Amino acid sequence: MAHTETVIAPSSKPRILDREPLVLNNRSYSWITNRICGIVENRQPSIWWWLFVPSVLLTGMMVFCFVYLISTGVGVWGQKQPVAWAWDITNFVFWIGIGHAGTLISAILFLTRQKWRTAVNRASEAMTLFAVMCAGLFPAFHVGRVWMVWFLAPVPNANAVWQNFKSPLLWDVFAVSTYFTVSVLFWFIGLVPDLATLRDRCKPGLKKTLYGFFALGWRGGNRQWNHYEMAYLLLAALSTPLVLSVHSVVSFDFATSVVPGWHTTIFPPYFVAGAIFGGFAMVLTLMIPVRAIYGLHDLITPKHIDNMAKIILLTGTIVGYAYCMEFFIAYYSANPYELQTFQLRSLHGPSVGYYYCMFAFNVFSPQLFWFKWARKNLFCVMLVCMCVNAGMWFERYVIIVTTLERHYMPGSWRVFQATWVDKATFIGTFGFFLMNFLLFLRFLPVIAIAEVKGVLPESNPHHDDHHEKGVHELEIEAGTVKI
Amino acid sequence: MARTTLKRVHGYLAEFKSASEVYHASEKIRDAGMQRWDVHTPFPVHGLNEAMGVKRSILPWFVFFGGAAGTATAFGLAYITQVMLYPTVVQAKPANIYTTSAFFPIMFELTILLSAFTVLFGCFALMGLPRWNHPIFASKQFKKFSDDGFFICIEARDPKFHQAETKALLESVGGKNIELVEDEL
Repeated sequence: MAHTETVIAPSSKPRILDREPLVLNNRSYSWITNRICGIVENRQPSIWWWLFVPSVLLTGMMVFCFVYLISTGVGVWGQKQPVAWAWDITNFVFWIGIGHAGTLISAILFLTRQKWRTAVNRASEAMTLFAVMCAGLFPAFHVGRVWMVWFLAPVPNANAVWQNFKSPLLWDVFAVSTYFTVSVLFWFIGLVPDLATLRDRCKPGLKKTLYGFFALGWRGGNRQWNHYEMAYLLLAALSTPLVLSVHSVVSFDFATSVVPGWHTTIFPPYFVAGAIFGGFAMVLTLMIPVRAIYGLHDLITPKHIDNMAKIILLTGTIVGYAYCMEFFIAYYSANPYELQTFQLRSLHGPSVGYYYCMFAFNVFSPQLFWFKWARKNLFCVMLVCMCVNAGMWFERYVIIVTTLERHYMPGSWRVFQATWVDKATFIGTFGFFLMNFLLFLRFLPVIAIAEVKGVLPESNPHHDDHHEKGVHELEIEAGTVKI
Repeated sequence: MARTTLKRVHGYLAEFKSASEVYHASEKIRDAGMQRWDVHTPFPVHGLNEAMGVKRSILPWFVFFGGAAGTATAFGLAYITQVMLYPTVVQAKPANIYTTSAFFPIMFELTILLSAFTVLFGCFALMGLPRWNHPIFASKQFKKFSDDGFFICIEARDPKFHQAETKALLESVGGKNIELVEDEL
């Protein structure tokens, strides 16, 4: 069905301006199915291989680094006292933060009825999973004896000693593992109807069997959709406080210590805003190329990119506020150690360059998004996103490493030097992340097919009604209000 | 030569061309007093529950108890290990009931975790999934439901099912490609 023209008598009240449609060019249901399933069914474009092979090689490098670390010792990383947390924890916080945008899109934007989320939620949830996988590697190997990592779990052991449940580090174990598990469940529930679509399109064979197995025999009955939608709503409602808690708990690792520069109450909201900020930058970094490579311009429209750019602007500004507020509190607390930490971070410490990079990338670069032309210009959007991706890593480095380099006692001050293993491991996780994402593109629908169909104007059951329409119904029809 | 097989009637399947058609057809079938029937759509159609007379899902009740079990598990785990089995006084925090506030993050996380598992398993149980061998898959046209087809299926086990009348009912509400779905035994 074409998007109907709504005719308004000149005497009627002025209406809300029409919103841009979420799917452009009046695409039909079967076009959407073909377009998205086609990505999985057709041969991959050559660029897929050009990206996949290097990412597998980088994953191999990461595996090599971890094997080297296990066989030699955790000292192959550059941390020495007093900098016991360095690149590894920086990378952990960096990756886990990236995951947060996926949950924001799938849960918080669902609860706030932002229908544009449907075009990007599947890919960003996948991104969440892969980012959390990358994140989990670092603390696991940082414990030193990775084969003892099961000591993190509260199971009876020969020493009869239990984990310290009062410690933020154990809270973190629970928070991150819960976050990963719930994200997997949410992603899987969302996938079931789309796996059924792939099942119904496949020829009999291994693929059909596998898609069919995971589709669980889905038949799209409304008596099923009824429970399905409730399950989706409940998972969104559970994930919303969960995602806010995860990065709050990550920030507790720092905030509950008595280290100047860490011991601040602003950390939980500051970390959560930063996580969403960095995560959205990564979503755009992935989705803009995916949109171009697979021709998804009608599904991921300039409107989507515009909305995400606005979220980056908002959260980037919150992060900027937090940076400034940290300084104010350091000054206002009249605590000489706190003040000293911030002076060393930003004025005459050994790592001031990191601080300036962080500030420029995270606070200044997103300010470009106040302008509509910048949000519409993909080159500009990509540039800002790349700055933010880098800036968020610098932020974590500044918080973690520059703080520890200059502790209370000048006698123990030491500047951190990253080793080649630090660098190679971190670069390797990018390969691991990209490899997983490319495999996801290859085997699973990158856009939630059933959800996108649901936001077409003709999906409203009152779309074809011929009785006299009130303003509200006309608005519903035009997609200008949400129902 | 075709083999003679035993077949059981599953029900009548009719196709509709849009969400709006299937919605209005559902209202009429509901008013005709049918009980055992379902509407198969590629996406959840807004308001179809009311049009079909389907009640709100009872899933939240399960999830409430799942979540409560999570809270209790986490409290038990933390309290028993920290206060009863091996009291550890660290961070100047006592090892008694007043330590509970330090257990809140873990109690929160396990509440969410067990709630989420209850959502998953509860919703599959209520939906009757996984079930890979449903008789409706015998219909050739049915697989369009996951693309752009809207179907109504009235099952033979409905007390009001009648071979001719049910077909006529589906025709009268605008159903196309009406098919008697038979399940091979």
